[in-house]
Amino acid sequence: MQLILNGINHRYGSMPVLSDIDLEIPAGEIVCIVGPSGCGKSTLLRLIGGLERPDEGAVLEHGAPPADSLNPLTYIFQDFALLPWRSVAGNISLALEDHGLGKAKTDAIIDDVLARTKLSDFKTALPRQLSGGMKQRVAIARALAVRPAVLLMDEPLSALDSQTRELLMDDLVGLWSKTPFTAVYVTHNLNEAVRLGHKIVVLSRRPGRIREVVSIDMPLAERADRVGELASKQEQLWSLIRDEAAAADMELIDA
Amino acid sequence: MPENPTSQPVPFRGGGFNPRPRALIGLAVMVVLIAVWETGCRTGIIHPLVLPAPSEAATAFMELVDSGLLWTHLGASLSRLVIGWTAGTILGITVGFAIGLFSLARAGMVPLVAAIFPIPKIALLPLFIIWFGIGEGSKVATILFGTFFPTVVATYGGVDNVDRGLIRMGQSFGLSWVSIVRKIILPGALPAILPGFRISAAIAIVLLVAAEMIGAEFGVGAYILMAGSLMAMDQLIAGVAILSTIGLTVSWIIGRAEKALLRWRV
Repeated sequence: MQLILNGINHRYGSMPVLSDIDLEIPAGEIVCIVGPSGCGKSTLLRLIGGLERPDEGAVLEHGAPPADSLNPLTYIFQDFALLPWRSVAGNISLALEDHGLGKAKTDAIIDDVLARTKLSDFKTALPRQLSGGMKQRVAIARALAVRPAVLLMDEPLSALDSQTRELLMDDLVGLWSKTPFTAVYVTHNLNEAVRLGHKIVVLSRRPGRIREVVSIDMPLAERADRVGELASKQEQLWSLIRDEAAAADMELIDA
Repeated sequence: MPENPTSQPVPFRGGGFNPRPRALIGLAVMVVLIAVWETGCRTGIIHPLVLPAPSEAATAFMELVDSGLLWTHLGASLSRLVIGWTAGTILGITVGFAIGLFSLARAGMVPLVAAIFPIPKIALLPLFIIWFGIGEGSKVATILFGTFFPTVVATYGGVDNVDRGLIRMGQSFGLSWVSIVRKIILPGALPAILPGFRISAAIAIVLLVAAEMIGAEFGVGAYILMAGSLMAMDQLIAGVAILSTIGLTVSWIIGRAEKALLRWRV
């Protein structure tokens, strides 16, 4: 399944936040969205997943999602959004319970995603017992459990320290290399963008418009060892954003 | 200190502001208080008409037990308390959820709750007697009414405070409305609802006694009223002690419930 964003315009009250967004999210690729703070990246992601309705334009699903997909558009949130009163397994089961799969099948899915995210030993732990990185792994496992057609990731590594971030980036690359998935990955971290993105969409300051789309052909799995070559891409992105990021930093935040 | 360069440890400025549980201190305070009281009565410093000795109250209590009336009084009181509190709590949680979830219920009910909550329910007791009769109805209604309002306020406050991010997560996974309410909002509001139970239970006990002082044959309130009119201070103190015990027990039960249901909190 492929997503097509068609002439998206969006306002909060009288303030335009997104303007004329046209974008294709091809199947099997990770599209990163970067831009200065307050440029509407997260809003765009909420529009893509149907958590908000665009004022103008539409997000189109092109082609049907795979038949076994329980939740075609699935989010991974910056703050993990785990229920603190449910165990690791319970949090994953939350996403499955409404589908009436039966206990045996639910348990099989939970065991499978826990194994894929190396969480099998923490099945009964409560979120408060886990580090930030582990919590995000649980959220990734929960997202994988519903077999999404497109993963929508809203700054998934921004709440983590830089060491954990490296480890989780490796995990994401590993997961993608085993079974390529489609993803929209919003981040303000350009290093994450060049490590994970097949395409990097640069948004301008508010109201967010697409300034440029940078493609990186290097296979994801090789990027960790070839950071030197990525540095120029990251530099190019930074030069695109730098002035606007500085200007955005001086803006008053009004809701 | 340039003229005398000695080294000394940095003065400690942290610590405090962290009360910890201390086992037995509460019990010790009570024991000491009762001991002082008893000594005061035995030595004649406290006149027996002013305040009977704890031992006399204990004797009165034992007489009550021996006469078999303790269980009659206690049974009558507890059944009123349980029925009134449970009904008030169920209604309160229902209305509290409605206010927390629906704009219309919120707009309609919040001013009403604010207007009726501060009315002392005891003032309405004569009205309840006319509406529900002098028997059990008016007593249960008083307790129900008194329990209802604090529960409503605690519940919708709790629903308001549920992390919107978790609700959005539920929506993003396609959870049904019922699932979101039952699996995300209800457990998320529980940390606010359970402390509300402490307040509503205390209010219920206060109202129980007030209601039993009007037209009740049995009940701890009726027992205290009778003791008061006979100037039997030892019985009065025994009755009050029974009420305290009920209060302590209820508080203990709620404490256990909080421990069990809110285990997931830090």
